[in-house]
Amino acid sequence: MPADRRALPLSWAPRHSSVANKSAALLAALLWLGTLFGAAYAAPTFPALTGRIVDEAGLLSPQDRADINAQLAELEQKSTDQVAVVTLNSLQGYAIEDYGYQLGRAWGIGQKDKNNGILLIVAPNERKVRIEVGRGLEPVMTDAMSSLIIQNAILPEFRRGDFAAGIRAGVRDIKDVLLGDAEEVKERARISRHGEDLDMWQVILIMFWLGIALFVLFAVVQSISTAPQAVGGRRRRSSGPIVIPGNYGGWGGGWSSGGGGGWSGGGGDFGGGGSSGSW
Amino acid sequence: MAHAPALRFTRPLVAILLSAATVFLAGCGINTIPTYEQNAKAAWSEVLNQYKRRSDLIPNLVETVKGFADQERTVLTDVVEARAKATQVQANIPPDILTNPEAMQKFQDAQNQLGGALGRLLAVVERYPDIKSGQNFLALQSQIEGTENRIAIARRDYISSVRAYNTEITTFPGRIWRAVMYPSAKEMATFDIPAEEMKAPKVDFGTKK
Repeated sequence: MPADRRALPLSWAPRHSSVANKSAALLAALLWLGTLFGAAYAAPTFPALTGRIVDEAGLLSPQDRADINAQLAELEQKSTDQVAVVTLNSLQGYAIEDYGYQLGRAWGIGQKDKNNGILLIVAPNERKVRIEVGRGLEPVMTDAMSSLIIQNAILPEFRRGDFAAGIRAGVRDIKDVLLGDAEEVKERARISRHGEDLDMWQVILIMFWLGIALFVLFAVVQSISTAPQAVGGRRRRSSGPIVIPGNYGGWGGGWSSGGGGGWSGGGGDFGGGGSSGSW
Repeated sequence: MAHAPALRFTRPLVAILLSAATVFLAGCGINTIPTYEQNAKAAWSEVLNQYKRRSDLIPNLVETVKGFADQERTVLTDVVEARAKATQVQANIPPDILTNPEAMQKFQDAQNQLGGALGRLLAVVERYPDIKSGQNFLALQSQIEGTENRIAIARRDYISSVRAYNTEITTFPGRIWRAVMYPSAKEMATFDIPAEEMKAPKVDFGTKK
């Protein structure tokens, strides 16, 4: 078999036995299948989420960017809605509707439990614009409303060639719509005041670990009380370190929450809401 | 002397083993099949939901067009009939539709027919500037476009969750779990992309009259 082994082109394959070679071949086949599936369901590549404004096509001046960013930050602070502005050099052959929702999901714009993200996508080379609405905002920013904003605020400026003005008008209108309904805003503010950061899964996780901790504690206490008088030192050693470290581990994991550092998406989902336009 | 320590250790040991077993089993995939199954079912509900939404928009659209273009009866009737049929099929969906390719095919056919009729109606509207420029129609049009887009996404999500589920129950670790724990798990049916959707949409100027 040595000749056989030398002939194997996989330099990283273990060279101990034919069994190892076979499993390596199997692994390679699986990997190959994986890339095949990956290619068949290829997603477009997305620019990195560097902030609320990702100006790949370079349509905005620093002044514009600062203004829009301030508006969007204020919006998020008031309503927790996340709005991002993206300009793209290329849609990579995808329809803007196709690209938009995948970009929204990849970036996770919007809070995870509310899916309240909106993307304003501008592709100047394809002459397409889209307002991509996260699932949670579909009742507020309806298709008809986003179409209205595109047709009446954005496209007239784009047709004149003033991209910055169109984007600013679009952002202004999106912000107005999202803040327009006072009751809605109050409701959202009430919910966010009630501390949504402790969501259901975290509660379940905490209860799960608490349950285990109690159960084990109970078992330990009972075993100690039923055990005949034993040597004290040994007893402490056997019951002490059992559960507490694992318990704290779970607790810490459950509380991990976003925040800090640069701006990022909260994990919102997109289901194809919104509207597109062309000029 | 030998008996006492054994008893003292047993209960915590059992507790630890139990919790370890929970974590271990969850980690090695005992929950994967039901999880994927629920995902696929949720994705399917979303598909139904979006088709329903499209169906709900149609009466408005028909009314709007009827007001302007009563002579386009054929196209309007096509849409109304296709909608009625699709609604009827959707109301009588067998409970096992997800694992029943024939029922799935029937459902798809009805929806595709409705989609085709709707497309012809929208193409016809192109001939009527009065309708096209009306605010009411513009709003409706954006809603229909949005709904078609949501349908496309819901279908794609469904297809990918079914693919995950079918792969899980037919490949290695999942296959064993299926045999041991979930013998009733069956492969689910996905959508075929109908021939019409592979082609670019064709504008039909009423030749079907």
